Amino acid sequence: MNEEKEPILRAENISITFGGLKALDRVSLEINPGEIMAIIGPNGAGKTTMLNIINGFYKPDEGRIIFEGKERPKKMKPNLIAAQGIARTFQNLALFTGMSTLGNIMVGRTMLMHSNIFSQALYWRFSQKEEIEHRAAVERIIDFLQIENIRRTPASMLPYGLRKRVELARALAAEPKLLLLDEPMAGMNLEEKEDIARFVLDANEELGYTIALIEHDMGVVMDICDRIVVLDFGEKIAEGTPDEIKADPKVIKAYLGTAGG
Amino acid sequence: MFYRECGNFKDNYASDMAIFPIPLDRYGFIVMLILALIVIPLTATDYWISSIMIPFYCFALSAFGLNILAGYAGQISIGHAAFMAVGAYASLILYGRYGIPLLPSILGGGIVSAAVGTFFGLPALRIKGFYLAISTLASQFIIQWVIVHWRWVSGGVFGTVEAPDMQIFGWALDTPVRKYYLVLCIMILLITFGKNLVRGQLGRNWMAIRDIDYAAEIIGVNLYRDKLIAFAVSTFYAGIAGSLITFCYYGAANIEEFHVMVSFALIGMIIIGGLGTILGSFLGAGFFVLLPIAINQSLGAFMDVVPSDILSNIEAIIFGGLIVLFLIVEPYGMARLWHTIKDKMRLWPFPY
Amino acid sequence: MTFFFEVLINGLLMGIMYSLVALGFALIYKASDVFNMAQGAMSLLAGLALVGFLEMSFPLWLALLCTVGIMIILAYSTVFFVLKPLVNRPPLMLFMATFGIMYLLEGIGQSIWGTDAKGLNIGIPEISFEIRGILMNTFDLTFAGVAALLVASLVWFFQKTRTGRALRAVSDDHEAALSVGIPLLKAWAVTWVIAGIVATVAGVAWGSRLGVQFSLGYIAFKALPVLIIGGIDSIPGAIIAGLIVGAGETLAEVFIGPYVGGGIQTFFPYLIALLVLYFKPYGLFGKEIIERV
Ligand SMILES: Nc1ncnc2c1ncn2[C@@H]1O[C@H](COP(=O)(O)OP(=O)(O)OP(=O)(O)O)[C@@H](O)[C@H]1O
Ligand SMILES: [Mg+2]
Repeated sequence: MNEEKEPILRAENISITFGGLKALDRVSLEINPGEIMAIIGPNGAGKTTMLNIINGFYKPDEGRIIFEGKERPKKMKPNLIAAQGIARTFQNLALFTGMSTLGNIMVGRTMLMHSNIFSQALYWRFSQKEEIEHRAAVERIIDFLQIENIRRTPASMLPYGLRKRVELARALAAEPKLLLLDEPMAGMNLEEKEDIARFVLDANEELGYTIALIEHDMGVVMDICDRIVVLDFGEKIAEGTPDEIKADPKVIKAYLGTAGG
Repeated sequence: MFYRECGNFKDNYASDMAIFPIPLDRYGFIVMLILALIVIPLTATDYWISSIMIPFYCFALSAFGLNILAGYAGQISIGHAAFMAVGAYASLILYGRYGIPLLPSILGGGIVSAAVGTFFGLPALRIKGFYLAISTLASQFIIQWVIVHWRWVSGGVFGTVEAPDMQIFGWALDTPVRKYYLVLCIMILLITFGKNLVRGQLGRNWMAIRDIDYAAEIIGVNLYRDKLIAFAVSTFYAGIAGSLITFCYYGAANIEEFHVMVSFALIGMIIIGGLGTILGSFLGAGFFVLLPIAINQSLGAFMDVVPSDILSNIEAIIFGGLIVLFLIVEPYGMARLWHTIKDKMRLWPFPY
Repeated sequence: MTFFFEVLINGLLMGIMYSLVALGFALIYKASDVFNMAQGAMSLLAGLALVGFLEMSFPLWLALLCTVGIMIILAYSTVFFVLKPLVNRPPLMLFMATFGIMYLLEGIGQSIWGTDAKGLNIGIPEISFEIRGILMNTFDLTFAGVAALLVASLVWFFQKTRTGRALRAVSDDHEAALSVGIPLLKAWAVTWVIAGIVATVAGVAWGSRLGVQFSLGYIAFKALPVLIIGGIDSIPGAIIAGLIVGAGETLAEVFIGPYVGGGIQTFFPYLIALLVLYFKPYGLFGKEIIERV
C-alpha cells in the first residue's frame, strides 16, 4: 500500500562480524513510512544486531544506512541518530532504575528540550514553560499507555511487564519518526501481550508512528504486522506479507530446523 | 495528535513540579531558613558561627558539588579537594593581587575551578568506571604540585597565600556574623540553582548516564557534553566552597587544607549523608564537622585535654565504621531515612 | 650514559616495589570485583603491627608471623562483615565501602600502636656498591629481590596450583564457580589473605625505607596509576606497569625535574596513566568491558 512512497529507512548490504562470527551478512531491508514491519528469525539470527546498527550503537563493517533519503555518515554518534528521529526499546530492559517512571519518560524527551543550563538553573520563564509543556506531553503518553498509577514509582520497583511498558513510553516520548521495538512482549502473559499489541497498533494507526519490531510470537506478528523480514544466521532469507511468509518453504525450514522460534 | 483533556494542566504540573510539592516540606524548609538567617546569627557564639557553621556550609556546598558528579551523574572524583584549592587560590589572587571586587573574585574562583575541572574531566570522554575514578586523582596531585611549585600562584611562600581583609562596596566583612551571612547567602543561592539543575532536564540526563550510559546515549542524551557539564558544575561548586572557606574560615590559602584526605572525607560525607540528594550533602557535611566536636565533648568528661591523636583516631574509626554501616544498611544515607517518611506522605496530588 | 643507566636501574628497582602494591589491588579486584582503596592502609597496619611486635622484643620471625596472623583476621572479617552483606551491590558501592575500611584500619591501627613515626629495622644492611660504574645498594636490591620472588610465586600459585586455579575460576565467572561448588566467600577470603600478605611485604619494604607512619598508606597513590596502566584485572599488567612507572618517574625526576622545580614524582605516574589510557582505555592488558543491549 505504500509502494509509491520513498522508504523512511533503507539499510543496504549491511555486514558486521564479531570476532569471526558473521552476525549479519549483506542484509538489506527497507522500512516504509506508516507501516509496522517485523523482523523475525531464530535466536541468534542477528535481529537485535540489525536494530543496533539502525540506531547507530554498532557501526557496520560494510553497507550503508539511508534515513529519509540521506546517507548516514559512518561514525555518527547514537544520540545524533536519536535526534534525527529514531527511538527504541531494548530486549533486556534498559530503564534508568534510579529514577521514577516519570523521570524515565521525561529523559525520552531530552532531544526536544532546548533550554540552556543557565535558564535551567534559574528555572525561569522559558525553562519553566518548557518543563511544563513537556510534562504535559508525557502525561498524555502516560494516559495512552495506562500507567497513571505508577507515575512516581521508582523504576527499580516495577514488575517486569510494566518495565517494558515504561520503556515503550520512554521511546514514544521522543516522538520519533521511526520506532524500533526489540521484543516488546517477550516474557509476558497472554493478557499483557494483548495490551502491548493493542498499544503498538494504536501507536501506528492513531498516532501514525512507523514501527519496526522484533518478536518471537508468530501469532502476534502475523496479526499486527504489514510486512515481515526473516533473518537466519545473519542472512535475510525471506521478506513479504504475513501470508507470503507463512507459505515460504525457506522460512518453514529455518524454523523447523531450530528448537526455538 | 493524541490528546486527552484531564483538567487544567498548567496549574497542576506547575505546583506538582514545585521544589517542595508537599506542604510539610515547605514548612520544614521555611523553619530551617529562619533558623539559619535569623536565629543562629542572633544567638550563637562567635565560636559556633565562625568555627562550626561557616565550615559546615562550605563543606556542604562542596559535598553537594561532588554529589552532582558522583551521586547524580555517576562519575566519581577522588581529587575533589584540589578544586577547592583552585577556587581558593584563584579568588585570593583575583581579590588580593588584582584588586577585583570580592564577589566577582569569588565567582572567578568558581569559574577558574570549573575550567580546570572540565579539563580534568576530559578523560571521562574515553574512559569509565574505576579507570576514570583513578585518573581523577591526577587532578589532586597535579594541582597540588602546580600550587606549590609555581611561584606565580603561591606568591613564593611555600603554598600559602594570606587572605586580605574583605570588603563589599566599602563595607568591611570583619565580624564572624558578617562572614556568616556572606557564606550563607552564596550557599543558599547556589543550592537553589543546583536544585533546579538536578530536577530539570540536565539532572535527568545525568541520572540516566549514571544508571545506564549507553541506553542514555541511544535515547538521545549527549553523553560527552553532559558529562563535561557535570564536571564543570561540580568543580564550580568546589571552587566557590574553597574560596569561601579560605576567606571566611582559614584566613589563608594553604595547600595542606586541600589535601587528598580532604577529598576522601568529601566522599565519606556524601555516602553517609546520601548519594544523589541535596539534603544528604548537608547531613554528611554536618556530621563531618560536628563529629570531632562531639567526640571531644564526650571525652572531655573523662579527661581535661583530649590529645589530638586520640581524637583523630576515634574520628577515623567512627567515620569509617559509619561509611560501611550506611552502605550496608541504608545505601542512600541519612537523607533516605527522611525520604522514606516523606514518600509515605506524598499522596497528593496524584493518589495511588 | 652510565648515569642514565644508574637512574634507570634504580627506577626499575623502585618499580618492582610499586608492582608489589599494585598486585594487591589487582588480586582483590580479579577475585571479587572490589576495587580496594584500603590496600595502602593494610600496608600501614602491617607495618604498625610489625613494629609493635618487635618493640615487645619478639624475634623477627615471630613478629612477622603475628603480623600475618593479623592480616588473616582482617581478611576474614572484611569478607564476612563487609563484603558478604554487600554481594551483588553495584561495584561503586563496594568501592566506597573500602573507603570506610581504610578509615577503620587507620584509626584502629594508630589507636593500638600510636601515631608517631617509627623506624623499622629488620636487619637488612644498606651498603652501596658499584657495578660498571652504576651505583646501587644492597637494601634496594634485597627488597626488589623479595618483591620479584613474591610476584613470581603468586604467578606460579595462580597458574599451577589447584587452589590458585579455582580462585581464578571464581574471578572469571562467579556463577560458573558456584555451580562447580567453589564457595564464593571462601575464595574471596583466601584472596584477601593473599592480598594481606602482599600488603605486609609492601608495608615492611616501604616501612624500612620511609619509617612506619600514617603516610605509609600513601604508597597506594603510587600503585593506583600503576594499576590502571596495566589494566586493573591484569597481574602481568601490574608488574610491567610498575616497572614502567618506576623507571618513568625516576628518569623524569632526574632529567626533567630540575627544569620545572622538582617534585614531579608525585604526579608523573598519573601523566603516564592518562597518556596510556588515552590510547588504551582499559590499560595495557585490562579486559575490555563490552556492552550489549
Ligand atoms: N557485541 C557483541 N559481541 C560479540 N558477539 C555479538 C555481539 N552482539 C551480538 N553478537 C552475536 O551476534 C549474533 C546475533 O546476535 P543478536 O543479538 O543480533 O541475535 P538475535 O537475533 O537478536 O537473537 P535473540 O532472538 O536471541 O534475541 C549472536 O551470535 C550474538 O552472540
Ligand atoms: Mg535479540
